Amino acid sequence: MALEREDVRRIAELARLELSSDELATLTSELIQIVDYVQQLRSIKTEGVVPLAHALDLANVFRDDCLAPGLPREAALSNAPKHDGAYFLVPAVLGE
Amino acid sequence: MMGLTFWFRRFSENNAVAGLARLDAIQLQQMLRTGQISSLELVDALLEQYAAWEPRVGAFLNFRADQARDQARELDRRRSAGADLGLLAGLPVSVKDILCTVDYPTTCGSRMLRDYHSPFDATVVARIRDAGGIVFGKTNLDEFAMGSSTENSALAVTRNPWNTEHVPGGSSGGGAASVSAGICPLAIGTDTGGSIRQPAAFCGISGLKPTYGRVSRYGLVAFASSLDQAGPMARSVPELALLLEAIAGHDPRDATSAPNEVPSYSHTIAEPLRGLRIGIVPDHFDAGLDAEVDAAVREALGAFRARGATVREIELPASRQAIATYYVIAPCEASSNLARYDGVHFGHRSTERDRTDESPLARLYCRSRAEGLGAEVKRRIMLGTYALSSGYYEAYYLQAMRVRRLIRDELLAAFQSVDVIVGPTTPAPAYRLGEKANDPLSMYLEDLYTVSANLAGIPALSVPCGLSRSGLPIGLQIQAAPFAEELLLRAGAMYQQVTDWHQRRPAA
Amino acid sequence: MNSERSDPGPYAIVIGLEVHVQLKTASKLFCGCSTQFGAEPNTQTCPVCLGLPGSLPVMNRRAFELALRTAVALQCQIPEYTKWDRKNYFYPDLPKGYQISQFDLPMSHSGWLEIADPKGEFPVRSIRIRRAHLEEDAGKSLHDEASGKADSRIDLNRTGTPLLEIVSEPDLRSPREARAYLNELKLLLEYLEVSDCNMQEGSLRVDANINLHLADAAGGMVATPIVEVKNMNSFRAVERALAYEAERQFAAWRETGRTIAEVPKSTRGWDDQRQATFAQRQKEESSDYRYFPDPDLVPVTVSVSAVDAVRAALGELPAATRQRLESAYRLNAYDADVIVNQGRQFIAYFEQVAQRCGDGKLASNWVTQEVLRILNSAGGTIDRFPISADGLGELIEGVRGGQVPSSRSKELFGAMFSEGLSLAAALRKLGIQALDAGALEQLCRQLLTENPRIVADVKSGKAQAAGALVGLAKKKNANVNPAEVREICARLIAEMP
Repeated sequence: MALEREDVRRIAELARLELSSDELATLTSELIQIVDYVQQLRSIKTEGVVPLAHALDLANVFRDDCLAPGLPREAALSNAPKHDGAYFLVPAVLGE
Repeated sequence: MMGLTFWFRRFSENNAVAGLARLDAIQLQQMLRTGQISSLELVDALLEQYAAWEPRVGAFLNFRADQARDQARELDRRRSAGADLGLLAGLPVSVKDILCTVDYPTTCGSRMLRDYHSPFDATVVARIRDAGGIVFGKTNLDEFAMGSSTENSALAVTRNPWNTEHVPGGSSGGGAASVSAGICPLAIGTDTGGSIRQPAAFCGISGLKPTYGRVSRYGLVAFASSLDQAGPMARSVPELALLLEAIAGHDPRDATSAPNEVPSYSHTIAEPLRGLRIGIVPDHFDAGLDAEVDAAVREALGAFRARGATVREIELPASRQAIATYYVIAPCEASSNLARYDGVHFGHRSTERDRTDESPLARLYCRSRAEGLGAEVKRRIMLGTYALSSGYYEAYYLQAMRVRRLIRDELLAAFQSVDVIVGPTTPAPAYRLGEKANDPLSMYLEDLYTVSANLAGIPALSVPCGLSRSGLPIGLQIQAAPFAEELLLRAGAMYQQVTDWHQRRPAA
Repeated sequence: MNSERSDPGPYAIVIGLEVHVQLKTASKLFCGCSTQFGAEPNTQTCPVCLGLPGSLPVMNRRAFELALRTAVALQCQIPEYTKWDRKNYFYPDLPKGYQISQFDLPMSHSGWLEIADPKGEFPVRSIRIRRAHLEEDAGKSLHDEASGKADSRIDLNRTGTPLLEIVSEPDLRSPREARAYLNELKLLLEYLEVSDCNMQEGSLRVDANINLHLADAAGGMVATPIVEVKNMNSFRAVERALAYEAERQFAAWRETGRTIAEVPKSTRGWDDQRQATFAQRQKEESSDYRYFPDPDLVPVTVSVSAVDAVRAALGELPAATRQRLESAYRLNAYDADVIVNQGRQFIAYFEQVAQRCGDGKLASNWVTQEVLRILNSAGGTIDRFPISADGLGELIEGVRGGQVPSSRSKELFGAMFSEGLSLAAALRKLGIQALDAGALEQLCRQLLTENPRIVADVKSGKAQAAGALVGLAKKKNANVNPAEVREICARLIAEMP
């Protein structure tokens, strides 16, 4: 399952990253190298081993259904690259 | 930074408090408590140190002397009014710029967040403030903590105070440099695969990655959520204990924070430790290890033995997969955690408006991310996106999670027969700036001693244990079972009682 | 398009529904922001639901409890271990770049919901529930379609609101069944008090997957390509959209012969104005959501005893109530269904009326005809209905016992409704007084005393003269029963010497 330039292009699209053709070339060779290294995992016998998502064995952590103060709208929008004082603004999402 | 020069001039004329920067946090706290010095005097003495060192090492991304002085004045006022100021009363703490602060931008070392202002303080930062600590600037880091040299910062270069041609390590390189240079006694770093311990080793200071869940992650901008943990950096282990005690504890805003009680680390650290059972892993001493580091670590083991410790070899075969496991899990989580940086609700948005054939929104996403994120971040996002994508998830992510369990179980089993595992923190001392910048895989392989602790969630400490012939510090890693920070800190303190590596300083 | 058609045509329709219901919590799924509908844009947000760097989710206990209650009521299996996953995709109303949802280990699966048509148009059917899982909602994108290329506006108030996604198996065989399923599901959710189920406010949303199974020339079975239908804003619209879509697919198949094997699943929107479905643009990328367990959350474990406790606390569910009403009050299936479909409060009202008056069938008639007629035309809910259940029960009881003239019962009901009167007050108001036999005899004696000529006429054989007595009696009291007056007077006159 060798990684190819087209795979890298597809991944970049999934990750929403624009890559120049130079970047694409460099990344392709780097990713091939790294993926080749991590392939070693596949040789480890893990039959019956339950995947470990958390090092800490916690479960059932909840909060109560209580209202807590949020952000004033001005603060919510304050880091937005573009807003109109009420909404975040983005180029038309029609056709997305 | 306006007005700073004035204060430097004033204090170089009046050197009454000169030398404060050489004292450790415990001593300073004592002097503050007894009124020998004021917080303002301490801050001013450190500002002098800042003026001397910062141009050479570049530890900080944002630093506000006026703000630090205001906080110090306020603390002095409260102290004179008889208030109990808390555990860190008047002590300056530098904060890695990946922890949210309301009074500084939180950039994560990224062009993406260069102008980002968090509307809230990270829980760690809030606890420092509540304990009377002074937030003493935001320190440089590899972009989003991805790296081990701080060279991946998009915003500044940080140099190793011991030799400015060398890297300070990373990703908490700015924090390590700030303590090493004596600009502040305490620093907060974060550690996802060694990012506290490795720069601590490179800069000749002590650093602790706590047990996963010991310190709240709320307000720690996520790189790899199941591995990230904030922790203390300082010259000596008792200082780490002090800062850990201030920041540790359950946080209802972090579902992964542990409900366990927080012991008084700063008190229990003084308790003597007898019959420490040390495990060493033969793999850690194989051909990849630098000879000087090897010698320094063996000498350190001798020091432990001299204090009554026993040393035995333990095998950790699954841990040989730690790097491969880590470089699947961390990028997978990162690819998702960093999806939010798309130029819509915060952060950099591309202004480019060409190629009208494409959807303008898709264009905005791809361009904003291309412009706002650096090469290493993109590399890891790509790697993680690939490993999670349809057809590969099973082979990479799921397999890595299984191996992760093997690594953790193997370590937990080892702690049935030994109290701590001791070894090198890094395979070699700090390398030169630019030396490994073009070889990502070899950079990743440098993390081989540190990543297991993150995968297993166990606490791990790095303490200085020597200097190379070229004058660069060497770090000793000590790991312990989950929530065994007390033991770990006592072991580190015991070592520092019989050695003075932690008291060495880079030449001014 | 005739959605009422019962002839399924030369094909079998296969429908599965995905229903998203907003759970009735005060705060969002992972933060303390309000879930209230209709606030000013971006005024109900915080770092967590804005996805700001460094923020972390912590799960709302009540949201989980409501989801669990629903899953148990849907007869689902509740695994002991469940977890939350990230569904990764980019969209401006999804500020984190992923939705926290459930992928491979949902909190519940393999349940069923029974649907029945009281009019008997389809048999009682058990529709399998594939899974029900708890996830967060996204925000809203608003586009000004007229202005074309102008910016879209993003409101994140709804972001992070708890949703229960309930996915049926493709067990529904007609648009009518789909609608019956939705009605029954909505009724159940309202019974459980887990959701407002308000489609206008988006607290209940329906997507439908539909295709057709037809016989091919060789006598085998072929299936048309699956279409997901969206944008349906009422159950009626769902029924119509599915009926339209079935015929469209049949026509398309006859024209092109293309089957499920040749065409991937596509998405079509329902246009309520045109009463037609239209093709929606496909997302360019394949939907590779790269699910993986959310490392910011921890798993939830649910013990068997906890599930048992939830089940025990559910109370009677609609299907059981229908059966009970049929047997306990001798109602027919249709009436029981009408009553149960009105919800818990209405059922309680009916039962109290029935118990007070002692006749379930009569109570049912009154409640499903008079009471429901008013509720349906005037709006309002049974808990605010001016006639109490006891009041109505008393009225019916009075009619049954003859104390209240049956001929004027509707009039009394009207007075009790419009003026909020008790039965006694309404009787007074309308001047209706029930007379007992003694009082009536007294009245008759008095009449005879006052009218000796009439008495004499009757005695002399002019029997028809007695008719005048009835008119006179009515003048004295409007409530007299003419037949009784006639009878009593005749007896009294006969007894006279």
